[in-house]
Amino acid sequence: MSSDNRKITYARAINEALKQKMRSDDTVFVIGQGVKSPWYVGHTCADLIEEFGAERIIDTPVSENAMTGVAVGASIAGMKAVAVHPRMDFMLYGLDPIINQAANWHYMFGGGASVPVVIWAIINRGGEQGSQHSQALQALFAHIPGLKVVMPADAYSAKGLLVAAIEDPNPVVFIDDRWLYNNSGEVPEELYKVPIGQARLVKEGKDMTAVASSFLLGEAEKAVNQLADEGIEVELIDLRTIKPFDKEAISKSVKKTGKLLVIDGGWKSFGVSAEIAAWISSECFNELKAPVFRLALPDCPAPASCDLEKEFYFDSFTIISEIRRIVQQ
Amino acid sequence: MEYAEDTLLNIYEKLVLIRYCEESFVDPILNGEIIGPVHLYSGEEAVAVGVCAALKKSDVVFGTHRSHGHFIAKGGSVRKLVSEVYCRDSGCSKGRGGSQHLIDVSAGMLGATPIVGGTISLALGAALAASLRKDKSVAVAFFGDGASGEGVLWECVNFASVKKLPIIFVCENNLYSTHMSIDEIRANRNVYETAKSFDIFSKQIDGNNVLDVFETAKLAVDLCRNSEGPCFIEAKTYRLRGHVGPDDNIQGTHTDIRPEAELESWKKRDPVKLFEEYLLTAGIGREALDEIKNRAGLEVKAAVESLRETQKPAGKEELLKYVFR
Repeated sequence: MSSDNRKITYARAINEALKQKMRSDDTVFVIGQGVKSPWYVGHTCADLIEEFGAERIIDTPVSENAMTGVAVGASIAGMKAVAVHPRMDFMLYGLDPIINQAANWHYMFGGGASVPVVIWAIINRGGEQGSQHSQALQALFAHIPGLKVVMPADAYSAKGLLVAAIEDPNPVVFIDDRWLYNNSGEVPEELYKVPIGQARLVKEGKDMTAVASSFLLGEAEKAVNQLADEGIEVELIDLRTIKPFDKEAISKSVKKTGKLLVIDGGWKSFGVSAEIAAWISSECFNELKAPVFRLALPDCPAPASCDLEKEFYFDSFTIISEIRRIVQQ
Repeated sequence: MEYAEDTLLNIYEKLVLIRYCEESFVDPILNGEIIGPVHLYSGEEAVAVGVCAALKKSDVVFGTHRSHGHFIAKGGSVRKLVSEVYCRDSGCSKGRGGSQHLIDVSAGMLGATPIVGGTISLALGAALAASLRKDKSVAVAFFGDGASGEGVLWECVNFASVKKLPIIFVCENNLYSTHMSIDEIRANRNVYETAKSFDIFSKQIDGNNVLDVFETAKLAVDLCRNSEGPCFIEAKTYRLRGHVGPDDNIQGTHTDIRPEAELESWKKRDPVKLFEEYLLTAGIGREALDEIKNRAGLEVKAAVESLRETQKPAGKEELLKYVFR
């Protein structure tokens, strides 16, 4: 049977990456809240406990600091832990093992040991969940030397990036947005990697460049496709890796188009969009025909009221009007 | 005699080696040769030595800001330790860590770092790894009484107990968390009693009596190897030097923390002296002890002299090495 165009959901793609890596590597295990439940982490961990047992699929007490540290420590001691945080907000209790320990470990011991841990954080927002059940904190982790940060936008890169994250000898923060979990896409059955640090050219265009990641890549794609009908040709790049981001892919595109919009699902100030904008502004200053523009969340906590949520989050319509404005400059 | 002479002399040698090593840093700290913060272990040697004497090389330990003793007791190289304290490229962390970041993977010293309580969960992870691999090894988390104020300690003790993990929590209770006495920071000064409530083996011992520590550690190691862990040991001890650097933190001096009489009474219970007295009573000749002292002195001296052939890592290329593997 050809698997070339087999379609599965994003959640199933993650599930498949975990299963295949656990089958091929005895040192891989999963630890976090809800992993023994078929639904708690959006079906990503379905059937795992049946196949691998409670020893390698470790559901935990609500002790994020210790449990994240356990994943880091086990990885120092020769295992490859995948530590899942079903809500990224709760993961803040685990910042010490991630930032003080794992991120610094290889450097502060002069390369004497590394930490091949995956910290898997799920952004779980919307539905009037409010400030502490919504946060997208990729910028926080991308700020830290020694951490890699990836954010898949579709089922294909979810599987490939998770495999790459597990195989990476460094700590990788794998962040996904639960709004993607039911999206389907083509995913090869076999084990494969999406290289960390490489962006994907989604669509070629000459009028300007747009860079997006995670859930907003889909919104950007909708926007770009609609604008194509109006004759506006936007080159769209899926960032895939937040850190280290693919400087070559973005600068190559901006040198061609002369304009850039950076789209990010985190806050605007001091965020991912700020970093990319700053870097491109100096790298491509001579080729830029307009300032670099950014679309990101306003600098306020996530609200509960769904009417306020509509103001807070943005979608393809906002992206369309922003691109129109930039192209006309 | 209850113990083989070799066992006793090995223990003595480690105690002396740590003490000599620690005291060798005093002048270089005072004259600025050593720049970074150094937390001396003088006075607490019996805890590291007693625990590590009960471990195999394949067992692992994690330490703290005050871990020179754990490093040496577990079998780490004195030369690499001394080099690291002076931030030389020949150090165990290639001059990137300094006194507070020590590692010797081949000796089972998996890492010491200075965030209070920060390595306890890492040791627990190593215990989980041992349990997944079924390799019967044991992990030890060394930490101070200050760490008993961190929630993560009790998260770890709980999880270790729930999963019956092969970890020994070793609380070195030296009665002071930096400048705060234990009675100012804990409602119950007996840390082991809190651990007991998690339904595990938990015992308070004299941390200045190396054989007490050794015996309790052996018992704890056996329990852990038989899947009857985790265990908690509270070793009461005292630092002869201050929190950081050689200053002894006596009241009336600028750090003004500890009553002089308290320090004097603990000096009488210096763990190296106590064990020397025990050995002499047990019939070991003074010559044997002098020979060990001499050897330890030479080892430390050689380590310090070897600094002449080393340098501090420097330059931009060196700076950016090791961020990622």
